[in-house]
Amino acid sequence: MTELSPHPILTVSGLRKEFSGHVILDTVDLAVPRGSIVSIFGRSGAGKSVFLKCLAGLLAPDAGVVRFERESIGGIRSRCGYLFQSNALFDSLTVLENVALPLEQTTRLARNDILQAAHDALISLGLDAFADHFPAQISGGMQKRLALARALVTHPHLVLFDEPTAGLDPPGRTAVFEMIVEYRRRFDFTAVIVTHDVPEALAASDRVALLDEGRIRFEGTPSEFTASDDCIVKSFGDSNVAIRREDDN
Amino acid sequence: MRVRVRSRVSIIRTGGFAAVLLKIVRTESGRVSGRCAPTDVTDQATRPCEDYRTPLQNASGSTIGVVKMMRLLQAVGQNSLAAAAGVGDFAMFTSRAVAAVPATRHLGGRWVRAVHEQGVRCLPVVTIVGLFAGLVLGLQGYYVLARFGSEGLLGTFVSLTLTRELAPVLAALMIVGQAGSAISAEIGIHRNSEQIDALTTMGIDPIGYLITPRLFAALVVFPILTTVFTLVGLAGGYFSGSLLLGLDPGVYWSAVHSAVRPADLTECLLKATVFGLLTIAICCHSGFTTHRRLGVSGSRAVSLSTTRGVVLASITTLAADYLITSFLI
Repeated sequence: MTELSPHPILTVSGLRKEFSGHVILDTVDLAVPRGSIVSIFGRSGAGKSVFLKCLAGLLAPDAGVVRFERESIGGIRSRCGYLFQSNALFDSLTVLENVALPLEQTTRLARNDILQAAHDALISLGLDAFADHFPAQISGGMQKRLALARALVTHPHLVLFDEPTAGLDPPGRTAVFEMIVEYRRRFDFTAVIVTHDVPEALAASDRVALLDEGRIRFEGTPSEFTASDDCIVKSFGDSNVAIRREDDN
Repeated sequence: MRVRVRSRVSIIRTGGFAAVLLKIVRTESGRVSGRCAPTDVTDQATRPCEDYRTPLQNASGSTIGVVKMMRLLQAVGQNSLAAAAGVGDFAMFTSRAVAAVPATRHLGGRWVRAVHEQGVRCLPVVTIVGLFAGLVLGLQGYYVLARFGSEGLLGTFVSLTLTRELAPVLAALMIVGQAGSAISAEIGIHRNSEQIDALTTMGIDPIGYLITPRLFAALVVFPILTTVFTLVGLAGGYFSGSLLLGLDPGVYWSAVHSAVRPADLTECLLKATVFGLLTIAICCHSGFTTHRRLGVSGSRAVSLSTTRGVVLASITTLAADYLITSFLI
């Protein structure tokens, strides 16, 4: 665990979102300390991805405020990266072009500088040998690293991860969390991770939160989460451990 | 007033027709929303569904006809509002694509790619269709004009038909079928696989990145391909009229030369430009709004968006053709 700054980089207060009268998020409050890894758990359909999209400004909340370093979320995109569950890579662009895309479109760097920065990002994530490949020609794990390289190439202060381990086997899930911890240390960003993988997330995170019925039911450190007497928190943790054992077998 | 629905006669006797009609509509609305409605206007207590017969089941004849008419009017109203909202949304979308020009980086490279996508790929199909259109016009025109001893006007007939109507319309329909469908499907897949959201999170305007180059490419590609269609069509007319049926080539080409005025060429290119802007914008908009198809998602939504884009663009081409012709003729 790292030493956390007392000043939150991201503050969410009273966030509310509903679709066709069905309340998904109901007055969600959360503060994300600078430099931390915060994991958010919750059942399927609990609104975790909706919450993350509200943080990124992809969905407009019906009520509440999301502030990034005291600014409204709308103006922060150049300092915020987002890793999609599906990776959302452009399959008509090569690996190098995918990573260079945000630099090409959002900076005034020279073409050579952009290619150099993209190449450096690929080297950092061990993908430089596949620079000329298309996303469909590399493995699922590599695609995940490529998506992370694209998210990190602009040196964002905050990276949002939407179920980064979806569709991966248990060793793959552990590797992704190890990768997040390692790159957080190297690139010095704050991470918010929405995930179902409780054991891996507890090992990797500085703080965790449990989203239940549209509200934050628990928020604290991983040790506080495992020691919690709250029946929902306990059952959630237990069920995930049980699922993990089945997976391992 | 307590009105109980038993028959059409009792309704008329009590004079409560309007009240019952109102209740029928309310009851039917309640059934749609899964609630059991009361049988009495003033009775708000609900009754078990199995005992319940709706007033519509009891009522018959003209009452049912009025209710159906009201429902029809409601559906027409809702669809009209949805269509008006759709047109407004499309206008905003197109305006944003044009307004995004100054803020879009490396527009030139993407524009060249879009010109290739729409122009080079559509060139063979436009050429083939243009050739056959000219061949058919030459054959049909020759035999019709021969009845009046006016074969010499074949060049006039073919050239004016092509420049004023057939070339802009058929070229636009061919480009919509070839490039418009591809554009709509590609943007729909971008939407489905969260690539458009990814652009947004990277701080890139997805409309500027995906739509603007294609829209501006259409402004160049459509007039060029329409010109190609016209030239190939004239050659087709010459082939069937002069080479196959024996009309003097000099007569054919001199009729073409004397018939086509600058105003005809202006009309041709104006139509091509307008069709290009409208059809590519419609196909782009259809793909971009794939996620708004209620009740469908995934590949089915992409399929529906593509079909919708091509159909709407084709109809719009013909409607715009009529409007432009009626103003210019």
